[in-house]
Parts: sequence; C-alpha cells; structure tokens
Amino acid sequence: MAHDSTHHQSGAVKTGAHDHGVHHDGHHELRFWKKYVFSTDHKVIGAQYCLTALVFLLFGFSLMMVMRWQLAYPGEAFPLKWLAELLGADKMPEGIMLPEFYNQLGAMHGTIMVFLGVVPLAVGAFGNYVMPLQIGAPDMAFPKLNMASYWVYFCGGVVMLASFFMPGGAANSGWTSYAPLSVIATVGQTYWLIGMVFLITSSLLGSVNFIVTIVQLRANGLTYMRLPFFVWAQFVTSFLLLLAFPPLEAAGILQLMDRVAGTSFFMPSGLVVSGVPLTNSGGGSPLLWQHLFWFLAHPEVYVLILPAMGIVAEIIANNTRKPLWGYKSLVYALIFLGFMSFIVWAHHMFLTGMGTAISSFFQTTTMIISIPSVVILTALFLSLWGGSIRFTTPMLFALAFLPMFGIGGLTGLPLGLNISDIPLHDTYYVIGHFHYVVAPGTLLALFAGIYYWYPKVSGRKMNDFLGKLHFWSSFICLNGVFMPMFIQGLAGVSRRLYDGGEQYAHAQGVLQWNEFMSISAWMLGLAQIPFIINFFWSMKKGERVSSNPWEATTLEWAATTSPPLAHGNFEKAPEVHRGPYDYSVPGHPTDFTPQNQPSKA
Amino acid sequence: MDIPYTSTARPDSGLYNAKLGVWLFLASEVMLFGALFSSYILLRVGAPTWPHGYEILNVPLATTNTVVLIGSSVTMVMAWASLMMKGFKKYRLYMGLTVLAGLIFLVIKSFEYSAKFEHHLYPSQSTFMAIYFTITGLHGLHVIGGIILNGYLWGPGSKMWQTDPKRFTNRIEVAGLYWHFVDLVWIFLFPVLYLL
Repeated sequence: MAHDSTHHQSGAVKTGAHDHGVHHDGHHELRFWKKYVFSTDHKVIGAQYCLTALVFLLFGFSLMMVMRWQLAYPGEAFPLKWLAELLGADKMPEGIMLPEFYNQLGAMHGTIMVFLGVVPLAVGAFGNYVMPLQIGAPDMAFPKLNMASYWVYFCGGVVMLASFFMPGGAANSGWTSYAPLSVIATVGQTYWLIGMVFLITSSLLGSVNFIVTIVQLRANGLTYMRLPFFVWAQFVTSFLLLLAFPPLEAAGILQLMDRVAGTSFFMPSGLVVSGVPLTNSGGGSPLLWQHLFWFLAHPEVYVLILPAMGIVAEIIANNTRKPLWGYKSLVYALIFLGFMSFIVWAHHMFLTGMGTAISSFFQTTTMIISIPSVVILTALFLSLWGGSIRFTTPMLFALAFLPMFGIGGLTGLPLGLNISDIPLHDTYYVIGHFHYVVAPGTLLALFAGIYYWYPKVSGRKMNDFLGKLHFWSSFICLNGVFMPMFIQGLAGVSRRLYDGGEQYAHAQGVLQWNEFMSISAWMLGLAQIPFIINFFWSMKKGERVSSNPWEATTLEWAATTSPPLAHGNFEKAPEVHRGPYDYSVPGHPTDFTPQNQPSKA
Repeated sequence: MDIPYTSTARPDSGLYNAKLGVWLFLASEVMLFGALFSSYILLRVGAPTWPHGYEILNVPLATTNTVVLIGSSVTMVMAWASLMMKGFKKYRLYMGLTVLAGLIFLVIKSFEYSAKFEHHLYPSQSTFMAIYFTITGLHGLHVIGGIILNGYLWGPGSKMWQTDPKRFTNRIEVAGLYWHFVDLVWIFLFPVLYLL
C-alpha cells in the first residue's frame, strides 16, 4: 500500500506539471494526504483499518510471546538481551521479568487483541471495505464520520501505547479492569480508561454509520432477504456495538472519576491497602463495575465472532459452488443471538455470590444462546454436504474455522452452567475456551477474509504456496498453544499466574505443558512470516486476476472492477435480481449467477 | 455516483440518512444515561443512608433551569417550523433564543456548582455528591455540545439555506432531535437527583 501511494503521488506531481492534465476526466486527482491519509473513501479507510489492526495484532501477540518465556522458564533471564535492556530495569532487571511487568503485559495483551486488533479488523476493515460494495452503495452513508471513526480509533491506540511509558507502566489490572484493584493501580490505568473512551467513541460512530448504510443505501432490488450473510453479520454486530458499548463508557467515566476525582463508585467502605486505611468516602460497589463491564463484554464476544461467521459463510458458499444451507434460519438465528447476547452477561459472575435465582436465570439464558450458535455452525457444516469443494487458500482457513469454533463453543457450555463453572472459573480452561473461539476461530476466519478479498483490493491474488504454508503451520501451532490449556485448567491451574503455576502442588502434574505451549506460540510467530511476505510481495508481484477471480455471485465481485473505482465504486448503480448465492442453478450455462444478472423471461 | 437519500426519504424506510443516524445515536445515548441511572439506583439501594436531594441541592435554581430547558426545546421546534414555512428570519430569531437558553442554563448550573464548592462539597465527599456531579456534569457536556452545534447552525452553517434549503431544514430537525433528548435527560435527572 505504501509503495502504491508514493507511486500515485509522483504520478500526480508529473501530470500536474502539464497543468490541465489532471482535470480532464471530470474529478480532481486528490493530493496524497487527502487520498491516503485523511480520506473519506470507505475503501481507503478499510485499508487503513486493516493495516493498523494487523500491526496491533502482531504487537499484542508479541507481548504474549514475551510472557510465554516467563511461563515456560520462570525466573530465568530473557534470551533476547537487547530487548530486556531496551525495556529497562523497572520492567526486566538483568533480563528477569518483574511480576508487575507481567501483569502489564497480560492486561495489555487482552486489551490490544480485542479492542485494537480483532474488532477493528473484523468490523472496521472488512465491514468498511466489503459491506458497501456488497450492497451496491457508492460509499458509506456518512463518509466524514467514517474518517473520524478511524482517527478516533487511531488516537485510542496511541494513548494505549503511550501508557507503557508512564511511571509504573501500562495498565496492569487485567483487560477486565476489576475494581477496586484498578482504582488503586498505577497511572497507566488512567490512560487505559482514556484510551477506552476513544475506542468506544470510534465504535459508536462506526456502528451508526454501518446501520444507516445498510438500511438506506442498499441497491435497487436488494431486499433484506437477498443480503449476503456477511452484511447481515455486520448489521447485527453494529447493533451490539451501538447498544452495549455505552454502558462501558459510563463505567469508564465512573472509574475515571474514582481515580481522578476521588469518588467511590466502585470503592467499598473500610478498604485497607498495604496496611493503610483508604480515606475515600466509601459506599461504592465493586460488583457494579463487573455488571457494567460484562454488559458490554459479553455482547463484545459476539462482536468478535459474528463478522468471522459472515466471512466464513461467504467463502463456503463460493467454494462449495452451492447456496448456503438454510439461509433464512442463519439470518433468524443471527438476530436471535444478537438479542440474547444482552441478557447473558452475569454468567461471568457466578462466583460473586449473586444468589441462586439470578444464577439460574443467567444459566438458562446462556444455554438458550448456545442454540442459535449451534444452528449457525450446523448450517455452515451442512452447506458442505454434496458440494464440489474448491480447496483454495481462503477455503482452507474457512473450513478450519468450523471445528475450531466448534471446540471453542462446546467447551463454553460447562462454563455457562453454574455448578461446573465453580471449579473451572478463572482457570486456564477459561483461557483455552475463549482463545479457541477468538484465535483459531475468529483469526483464521479473518485470514480467510484477507486471502479471499485481497484480489478485490489489489487486483492481484496472494501466492497460494505461501498461503498454504501459512495455513498449515498456523493451524498446527494454534492447537499446540491452546489445547494444553484445557488440560492445565481441568487440573485446576489458575490464570494470571506469574510463574505458570510452579509453586502450586496441584499444578505439578501438568507443568511440563508450559514449555510446549510456549514453543508452539513462538513457532506460531514464525508461521506468520510467510503471511507478511505474501501480503506485501503480492501487491507488486502477485498474479494479476480478472475482476471476479473466484467466480462469485455477490455484488462486490460481479458489478465492479478490481480494485473498484476510486469514487463511487460502480460505473452505474447496480440492480439486484436474485438472492446472494445462486450457485449451480440447473439449466444455467455457468455454475454461478451474479446477483445483478437479470432473469431471462 | 453520489450518496443517495441525503435529503430525501428512502421510500421503504421513510427516513433520510441523517435522521436514521441521529435516532441510532440517541439510542446509544439512552444506553449511556441508562447505565448511569441504573448505577445510581444500585448504589442508592445498597447504601445504609442516602440524603434527600432537596436537603443539599438548590431546588429553586434547578426548577428555573428546568423551565429554561423546556422553553429552549419549544423555541427549537419553532425554529424548525419557521424553516418549513420558509421564514428564515424567524428561524434566526428562534434558533438564537435556543442558544441563549442553553447559555442561561449553563450560567445557572455554574452558580450551583460554585456554591457547592464553597461549602466544600466535592465529588469525593459522598457517593451522592459523586453521582450528582458525574451525571449533571455529563449532561452539561451534552448541553455544551448542543450549544456549539446550534450556534454553528445559527451562524456560519446557515449559509446552506441559500444553496440547499431542504437539506438545511433537515439539519435543524436532526439538531432538534438531539436537543430534545438533552432536555429529556434533564427532565429525568431533575426529580431523581433534586426531589427524591
């Protein structure tokens, strides 16, 4: 992208010398800053989100790779001496990680992966780039707002990164920031809260924009039941972001008041810290924070997974060459899942002593919400049945998503039941569960999306050999990292332990897995090298492809060029005549019928 | 291709883009203030003692402010209605009054705040004062935002009336929806904090 932009810039300068040269085709050649930095074009903004989010994903993963050294070899000096020296004596004296620094890495790994990595990639990048094209829109409904939401997100990221350089380092109270610990934590926590307010604001602007775009800018003939499933997924996701994030914003403001103005919203009376009684007014409720946090953070889980399901659905329909099995049930399941996600949050809080009646309620809703998830997964599996599957690189990732998400989802059921949650709560079992959903699940789906839509963005295909290398090595390593977590968790090893459980008798039998998981994690890091090379190399050298290389039916491939026109996407507004997945229609000359192809009378 | 439905309604939704946008934004605002009011209820129910608002806060000033804000909502509607009837001068008058009412509200609110500070009543003094300052402060920020928006539409932004009167009228409608919401929050906030 960077190469491309300088290219365009110099091109613009050259033609500018010929005076009127640039004005011939009716619209101005935009200057570099307007075109690639402060652009209001949804495609450029999507690309900006994509690159920024990928960088944050790599950074967040790097934090974990550093942590995994401490977990595998507790108390041993870090092998990369230069890195230890760079981090300094307040973090890694003589290369040995301090517990305080371990906590910062843990809290920031979670925060960065969720709020700066996966969501911006799944929603900001794919939603921004693909959704308007799939509905035949010239752009998002509010292009300036779209630019603002990217830059507010960017500022949030900068604040989060800057917090590492504060006295006491970054936030260290976990990504959940439970009070009262977070209220008395070092100043990094204040930056975390300010960063979160930026990120929440960005999400709100984005979700308003997405919903208005989908409701208002659908092409002629594109009814709701003709929308590609990916658009539906983005639609429901946007509602979750719109309605679930504000309570966390409220909670963030209250915690900020607790930290800065000395209030006691989350601070109970009579708290004693390091032998000194706190002087604040007291009377607050630490549980209030947990309720407000999880009211966001449970729907957030679906924000992480729904766009991934949308991507996988597109790729499966395209590569099985047949319609999705049960499109309508998929859509209804999705909507039901969106509603239910607002009333399951307290299953994260079974151990807070909230009483059996409330526990039973949330346990029941949690069991109910697993039904639409299983409906979606089953429909995607059934879509494979009888298809002549093309094992393309994106399809490999999409196929791997299904069992990985299956493992992640099914291992969640014991956590949703009050009784079995009690021994499993806060163990590595929980870490294994949600990482299976988000890492081998969502991340594989996001990679699938990158391989699938790359030709749309660049006009070139990514290299298949490097893609398959990336897939198989990542797939194996991801399971190597997360599967042993179930074993450790079932043995009772707690999460957030600085030494990986070394000093606990009950952990002794499963400690040997720590080294295995760490090596898998570092191998997983190496496995991303083919992807990074492929991503940049293919921009210049990838195989040039036609505008519809996957022979797909949806509008982003069928109605516009690759890459789409800089302004307005389409030469003329597309008209939609059929559902999204008319593959292998009997009697049709090709095995795919684009949505914009008129039916012959 | 231009973006459709920026000023005309889409037939199947019956809305132009900005109107749907502002309704969605207000839905998120309901969730924001809803969370704050829920926190208030939870903290109050859990507290052994809780002061009555009227014992600490200045009810006459707040009542005045309630009247001022409701009045500004009326002038906001009048401003929009004036544009619907092509009366740009009347629009300027009513929008000016709306902005003025917003400023009066803030002045009265700042008197209230400074009186509290003089009596050493800070957010850190009690949970009641904490929630009072947080909710009214956040509401005050919304008022400031509304004044900036309305001031822009009264002044430099009103040039659009010459070029695209329909779209400008829509903008006033959308700004009005936001302003009514800010008013509505106060109508909840006043009895909850001052009277109960």
